[in-house]
Amino acid sequence: MASVTYDHVVKRYTADLTVVKDFNVEIKDKEFMVLVGPSGCGKSTALRMLAGLETITEGQIRIGDRVVNNVAAKDRDIAMVFQSYALYPHMSVYDNMAFPLQMKKLPKAEIEKRVNNASRILGLDNFLQRKPRALSGGQRQRVALGRAIVRDPQVFLLDEPLSNLDAKLRGQTRIELQKLHNDLETTFIYVTHDQVEAMTMGDRIAIMNAGILQQVGTPDDIYDHPANLFVAGFIGTPTMSFVPVTLQNGTAKASGFEVKLPKHVESAKGTLGFRPEAVTDKPSEVATLDMKVDVVERLGSDQFLYGQVGSDTITARVDPRLKVEVGDQVKLGLDTRSLHLFDAETELALL
Amino acid sequence: MPDLSQFLTNQLPTLVVAVIGVPVVIGLYIVGLEFLVRRLPDAVQPRARPWIWVGPALVFVTVFLVIPLISTIWISLQDKHGTAFVGLSNYLAVLSDPAVLLTIRNNLYWLVLYTFFTLLFGVMMAVLADRVPYETPVKSLIFMPMAISFVAMSVIWKFMYSYQPPGATQTGTLNFLLTSLLHIDPITWIQDQRFNNFALIAVAIWGWVGFAMVILSAALKGIPGDLLEAARVDGAGEITIFRRVIFPLLMPTVTVVATTLIIFALKAFDIVYVMTAGNFDTNILAVKMYQEYFVSADPGRSGAIAVILLVAVIPVLVFNLRQFRAQEARR
Amino acid sequence: MSVMAQERIEAPAWSARWLADRLGGVALHVAVIGLTIAWMVPTLGLFVSSFRHLTDISNTGWWTALSPPFNFTVENYSKVLAQNNLGTSFLNSIMITIPATIIPAALAAFAAYAFSWMKFWGRDILFLALVGLLAVPLQLTFIPVLKMFNSVGLSGTFLGIWLAHTGYGLPFAIYLLANFFRSLPTDLFESAEMDGASTLTVFFRIVLPLSVPAIASLVIFQFLWIWNDFLVALIYLGGTPPVAPMTVTVANLVNSLGSGYHLLTAAAFLSMIVPLIVFFSLQRFFVRGILAGSVKG
Repeated sequence: MASVTYDHVVKRYTADLTVVKDFNVEIKDKEFMVLVGPSGCGKSTALRMLAGLETITEGQIRIGDRVVNNVAAKDRDIAMVFQSYALYPHMSVYDNMAFPLQMKKLPKAEIEKRVNNASRILGLDNFLQRKPRALSGGQRQRVALGRAIVRDPQVFLLDEPLSNLDAKLRGQTRIELQKLHNDLETTFIYVTHDQVEAMTMGDRIAIMNAGILQQVGTPDDIYDHPANLFVAGFIGTPTMSFVPVTLQNGTAKASGFEVKLPKHVESAKGTLGFRPEAVTDKPSEVATLDMKVDVVERLGSDQFLYGQVGSDTITARVDPRLKVEVGDQVKLGLDTRSLHLFDAETELALL
Repeated sequence: MPDLSQFLTNQLPTLVVAVIGVPVVIGLYIVGLEFLVRRLPDAVQPRARPWIWVGPALVFVTVFLVIPLISTIWISLQDKHGTAFVGLSNYLAVLSDPAVLLTIRNNLYWLVLYTFFTLLFGVMMAVLADRVPYETPVKSLIFMPMAISFVAMSVIWKFMYSYQPPGATQTGTLNFLLTSLLHIDPITWIQDQRFNNFALIAVAIWGWVGFAMVILSAALKGIPGDLLEAARVDGAGEITIFRRVIFPLLMPTVTVVATTLIIFALKAFDIVYVMTAGNFDTNILAVKMYQEYFVSADPGRSGAIAVILLVAVIPVLVFNLRQFRAQEARR
Repeated sequence: MSVMAQERIEAPAWSARWLADRLGGVALHVAVIGLTIAWMVPTLGLFVSSFRHLTDISNTGWWTALSPPFNFTVENYSKVLAQNNLGTSFLNSIMITIPATIIPAALAAFAAYAFSWMKFWGRDILFLALVGLLAVPLQLTFIPVLKMFNSVGLSGTFLGIWLAHTGYGLPFAIYLLANFFRSLPTDLFESAEMDGASTLTVFFRIVLPLSVPAIASLVIFQFLWIWNDFLVALIYLGGTPPVAPMTVTVANLVNSLGSGYHLLTAAAFLSMIVPLIVFFSLQRFFVRGILAGSVKG
């Protein structure tokens, strides 16, 4: 079994510096789990603790049923793809991929078989004798993947593998990685700061901020039901609009409009959140927003308006054929079926 | 002709053994001890292992640098025969000896003039060479004296400084230029006490300008071209650019080169020993130290002079250490 | 109309600014070339003199030999090789320099690796001490080391001077190599650790192959330094002809030749051949050795 469990894992460097706080997550066998969060949130540290490159201050990490806290990195039966690929510059592609197997003292025939197999899967057959400096960024990344594949591990760890590629290549490689995951049928744990990667690639996503796990769930779950303000603002492009509101008698009062809440909440003050697609040019009987447009973004398939409603800034997604200019005053409808409300203090979701 | 057969039978084997044998032995030592380390419990291994790797080096450094350093200080506190402890009397004797005071004065000349002019010419050549397309051969030729020994340099300049009485044909290059271009009487560069110190220092400068130039040239090329272009667009002339953009950015490197040169000026030995043996008032501390030990057979006084050298170096040493720690903190 | 206007836009060819630029350019080249030639004159002078008869050297300047009648000879070289032990000295220099270069390099490589990539108690203090030792003049070690050599019979032997040069050369060698090793990317080591490579494997199969330029620089730098060394050889080999390297032999000739100083020219040049060849063919590495840790800011 190659599930991975983080059980109350903490990473502390000094009394003042705790980088990972009480991290609890269970990753299922063969799952593609993405750890996502802004820079410095502790995701890479969490990954490296699993890899064995960082010591675990408190808690347990289990691979399958095995506690690996004190197991050496090379004995954990995992493979890692580094952000910078970490290819040995003086060795050929073949030797780079053969190296881990040589360390395991596998017979030469077996090494050759595995390297050729991985090379075939990744399309590296023509490059086996080249050195890394003669390869493009995308090719180098594939060699790094190949080096992980030949080890036939129980878990693959990937640390921001796409961040060094240009935008177009990134899109292509994303698809290839997902295909690879399906073919290999092995657990993938993938770290990134890019929420688009997280949403498109993960079976499930774990969002971290400042060392604390914010939410774990499927992309749909997280998108539709963010657990707190941070998650709501981190996932989704363009970002969700946030409006401070006071709550009275089941109504949320914002500076520019009011809306009735579907259920009763305890708090008196909160933040109302709604995604751009909830604010459209279709009229609504429940809530109408009167926006003064500051910026118009036309993307061909979409059109986004950024502007002021009352004293708050709101993003709206309107019909691309609608003609809007900067400075116009437009009336927009708010779809209350996808409303989010967060407590002003705890920032937790109330709806 | 050298006895080639003797060399081949006696010495070549030793050479081969030393050159191949020693790395092999060291390698086997490391591999062998690694084997033993692996038998230790896992937690202990990372603590024991490094000592194997640094061990031999530390032993050599301790035996040849650290212990002798302490020992010399100890010797300087003893009498001529090394039997009685005489405290600081060697230092008192040495510091009141006019011959030694002379060497201190000369070392100060070396310190100031050698460092300053080597840096000056180094910066100059780095900046000038940077602006011509044939930069590489120019730098190579100026750097070339670094490849030869100070002894060879001394021979070269001995001929440069050659003197013939006034009226006779001058065979020394400098005196030739003096008499034919400037119509002055030739100078006995090596004996004339008005000039001889500077003549000797000039040899060292000539040898090491290349050193300063190479380092400063690398630093110069590290200055982003954008900065200079921005300055030009802002209307600054070339000299202003040098004064207010280039030179300040070179300062850290200039400092590093200066510290190396200062240490060097204090240690200078070869040139003076070969060209004047310290005579004609050109003596310097390192030569005097040698003479006290090998000629006057007085280890106490010799050690005292060595310690004086150490004391002179300490400010530079402290500075180096501070720079190093600042650098490390930034990593 | 527009054609005339265009002509007026281009500045007249002989404006003051253009002249200043042009002359500035010429002045630069004159300065650079002049300085370079001036720098070469001393060496050139000796080189030319080494091919002249004694009578020519003592009576006329070396520059006169550059115009006919040319009176060149190689007798200085043949004489000095035959009678002044220069051949033996050359072999001695080789015997001294090569091991004294290789031994510290090997020891330094292992130590530098530990300083760079292993954590151990006292590591930082020891490294700091090493940096400090770089500044200490060797004069502070001669008396005790010589005493020690005398008592174990190592003075006047090649082994003794190999050991001394090793001790003296280690601080710089370790410093240079440690700086280089530390610049290798961390994730290379992490990847190797995950691949299951042992310390030895990482050192021999990853670090050393990647460090060839740094090691080459060290070796060349050290080689030139020891070949050209005078003081250490003088003290530990005692100036006795059988084991004296070329520097010591030439230095002795300076004072002992008296009227035979024409031989000195050839002797000096013979001592320069090997370093010059090493220098010109491997300059890149030598320069890199010097730059190690010197460019700051």
